[in-house]
Amino acid sequence: MITHPRTEELVESVRLWIDEIRPALDPRNAFLARVAANALATVHRELTQGPDAEADAVRLMAGLLDREGGHAELNSELCDRIRSGDFTVETPGLLAALTVMAKNQLAIDQPNYKAEGSL
Amino acid sequence: MEVDVRAGLEKLAERLGGVGATLTGAQRLSGGASMETWAFGIEGARGREDLILRRRSVPFDEETARSISLASEAALIRATGANGARVPDVRHVCDAADGLGEAYVMVRVDGETLGRKITSDARFDAIRPQLARQCGESLVAIHRTAPPPGARLKSVDGLQELDRYEEVYRATGAERPILELAFQYLRRHTPEPVAPVLLHGDFRNGNIMFDPEKGVAAILDWELAHLGDPAEDMGWICTNSWRFGRPDRPVGGFGGYEDLLAGYASAGGRKIELSRVRFWQMLGSLRWGVMCLTMYLSWRDGMVKSVERPMIGRRVSETEADLVALLEEGL
Repeated sequence: MITHPRTEELVESVRLWIDEIRPALDPRNAFLARVAANALATVHRELTQGPDAEADAVRLMAGLLDREGGHAELNSELCDRIRSGDFTVETPGLLAALTVMAKNQLAIDQPNYKAEGSL
Repeated sequence: MEVDVRAGLEKLAERLGGVGATLTGAQRLSGGASMETWAFGIEGARGREDLILRRRSVPFDEETARSISLASEAALIRATGANGARVPDVRHVCDAADGLGEAYVMVRVDGETLGRKITSDARFDAIRPQLARQCGESLVAIHRTAPPPGARLKSVDGLQELDRYEEVYRATGAERPILELAFQYLRRHTPEPVAPVLLHGDFRNGNIMFDPEKGVAAILDWELAHLGDPAEDMGWICTNSWRFGRPDRPVGGFGGYEDLLAGYASAGGRKIELSRVRFWQMLGSLRWGVMCLTMYLSWRDGMVKSVERPMIGRRVSETEADLVALLEEGL
């Protein structure tokens, strides 16, 4: 990957520019510009934290399903096993794995969100 | 058809304020995708009135819509208000002569609706400990109101709600293990249905106007009213997405379960088990997660262009974090 600038720096530069012009916008566009800046902040976090989060998820799902595979196929099989009733809240390790996956995804999507039980 | 709301309000000023009454300070407050809110004043021989217009800006199909008509909404506000619920005074339900389409006018109420201010602003520190109890009391007044004739309310129990949202979830094509597990868990823990009562349907922090001195000032946004389990209204205000940064205070981010239930009991409501409230709270997180998915889809499928929609799609993970914690704790 090219490093001068890195992808996340490009994204960050656009986010900072949006923040700069926001005060001059009408209320509706100022609101949407804030949402747009938040979207870029999410992209930035996904670029930097996404690979580790996905690796965690693949490792955890492979452990639960006792097989190797890519994220999409493991995720799909995990959903099937839960839907069929094969996996339930009593399944050893299931809730622990889902908790890690949920925390990783929340750290990308909404790092300031205070989840149930976090305070 | 494009409606000139300002012109409609000018006409309305004379109708409501008498001959010679004039419109002052008309201002559009917020724009939902389908609903508009306008603040305006009328100056006439009888003095000044501060009013709010609520009107639908897109066509409405009562058969397929989840929400009720604005005329039904106005009728519900009047009926629950007559029964002691704190609601705005409905001043006028618009008809064809007003040229404003589907709309009604209420008297403006002062107070705060921003959830985060209510959970965190120092102005609410003194009253905050009383709010959960007041919410419980308010719900009794709503739940014991007989649905007004002609309101055409739908009736939904826990299992029907799970079926409906699972169908919507399947149709999105998304594959989310935590949502799957929540559906399975809630199906196995659905409480026995109870005799349905009138529900507000969207009773949460954000839809209630609070006064820093008195507490609950007015319960707003009645469009999702329906018939069902009284614990549904309690569970929704306990859903963590509406606690605005205070997950340690389960009721709206401002109070405890015991205060909500005690307020309900003290106002004469039937006894409700906490586990029933927690069932609806968890279903609330699941429902909001599915709604976030559909908001993303409305953008993907080109129905709504706003950048807001795909970003709401990323709020599914907040409900997943909440659901997995609830699944760990149990109901």
